[in-house]
Amino acid sequence: MFEIGLGHYLTLGAIIFTIGLVGIFLNRKNLIVILMSIELILLAVNINLVSFSIFSNDLTGQIFALFILTVAAAEASIGLAIIVVYYRNSGTIGVEEIDNLKG
Amino acid sequence: MINLNLIFPEIFISLSIMFLLIVGVFKKNSLNFIYNLTIISLLITLALTLNYPIDTHLTLFNESYKIDYLSTFMKILTLISGIFVMLTSSKYIQITKIIKIEYPVLLLSSILGMMVMISSNDLIVFYMGLELQSLALYVLASFNKENLLSSEAGLKFFVLSALSSGLLLYGCSLIYGFSNSTNFILIAENLNSNSYGLTFGIVFILVGLAFKISAVPFHMWAPDVYQGSPTSVTIFFAILPKIAALTVFIRFLYVPFINLIDQWQMIIVFLSIASMLFGAIAAIGQRNLKRLIAYSSIGHMGYALAGLAAGSNNGIQSAVSYISIYLVMNLAFFSCLLMIRRNDNYFENIEDLSGLSKNHPILSISLLIVLFSLAGIPPLAGFFAKFYIFMAVIERSMYFLAVIGLLSTVIAAYYYLRIIKIIYFDPEKEKYDSNHHLGLKLSLIISTIFILFYFIYPSGLTEIISKINII
Repeated sequence: MFEIGLGHYLTLGAIIFTIGLVGIFLNRKNLIVILMSIELILLAVNINLVSFSIFSNDLTGQIFALFILTVAAAEASIGLAIIVVYYRNSGTIGVEEIDNLKG
Repeated sequence: MINLNLIFPEIFISLSIMFLLIVGVFKKNSLNFIYNLTIISLLITLALTLNYPIDTHLTLFNESYKIDYLSTFMKILTLISGIFVMLTSSKYIQITKIIKIEYPVLLLSSILGMMVMISSNDLIVFYMGLELQSLALYVLASFNKENLLSSEAGLKFFVLSALSSGLLLYGCSLIYGFSNSTNFILIAENLNSNSYGLTFGIVFILVGLAFKISAVPFHMWAPDVYQGSPTSVTIFFAILPKIAALTVFIRFLYVPFINLIDQWQMIIVFLSIASMLFGAIAAIGQRNLKRLIAYSSIGHMGYALAGLAAGSNNGIQSAVSYISIYLVMNLAFFSCLLMIRRNDNYFENIEDLSGLSKNHPILSISLLIVLFSLAGIPPLAGFFAKFYIFMAVIERSMYFLAVIGLLSTVIAAYYYLRIIKIIYFDPEKEKYDSNHHLGLKLSLIISTIFILFYFIYPSGLTEIISKINII
């Protein structure tokens, strides 16, 4: 029978991580998508940490994952607040229109 | 029993954050009061840090928090520059009306994050410190919330910094997986240099850290954020996070991964060369002074990384002395920039400096000294900083790195000297205000004197730094 091992979890983590990265760089429409991609990257890290922790019988990884969850929530709230401030000033959250600073 | 005495500075700073927030809520019109109280609490934290013998070598909390010579020295550096940044910018934030209760509190909490980062000896502690620092910095960058440029700077900084934290964390997870520990010392013991996962982890962590100190090719946020944020925040950005990130760089490379030096050395050399060249070339066409100093700081970080690439104690010491001198020069430059003010408007373009020497001879002289020092012209402090780096690099016979460094110094000298030419030989403009805040004058005078007279007693700094012993 097919057994799910550490390698499968790591592959899943790597795939989600790549989707997050690609989402940030290919996204041309909306800032909220970038926020979601950042969240995906952090979740991929959590999958990695938890599976490493299970397969090596060491609790540190799960504790680390809890810390990351907390920080990710704080980061998302600050990010949304900044997006709201930006929207009030410029009237748009399109990624391609963020080009007032250049030189 | 955990000896909590050693982290009194951190405990005090976090208590004062909560205390200041509560005072801000209950006391009306307490803006200036809180601002001054913040400076005082930084002074007390500095005194608490100096209270213990500086050459202790102890670890706390299951070896996840380290108090040693390097961490104490870097904390003192962080606190002193924090005090000077606050002194310098007190008038600016009143005139531009961005002063709120949260402003000094956010500065404090980001300094707390830096202190945690500097002392961290464990991946989890390091990550918590890093996030505490950067969450406060996101808000600070977009603090002028009526201003489009400031909120855009905050947005860009948030997106790229969160991305770099993600990359860094992915690296941390790989390193945890392949060494079964998050503690730096245990990682060093469990290292198996043949595993590809570990190499990937190191690369991801280096990318994340390079983002934080804005080394090329991960520098794209720096110019935008420097230009868009309020100048008082730009000073903070240009000085304090670099100290913390450089310390973490030193700890990462030389504690857990010292045995893998042949794997990371080439990466650091590449980052260093790319930053030095890019910082020198890209700054040439800039007209905004804050943007220009952002490119110049990218170049300066390249020199500090060259010291780290050497892989010797001399290299680390030269990088630490480079960052110490760099922050004094940046403080002096921004103090000059904050003096360019007319009728409550601040100016930040190169053309605004035109003919400054006719109306403001003293300001022009100090700007001249600072720019010569940034360009690395002897006998000013900036020359010695570069000299130490090149000494350490040549000692390890990395001649290529040294030659590229010298070349980019020459290229960079062009744009520093161009500013001096504009100040001294171009037609003069209207007079600027000359009633400056005492703190601003004080920090300009102290930093200029340090830069100008460093050559009389250079061993003062080098003797302190020569006790840093990591390897």
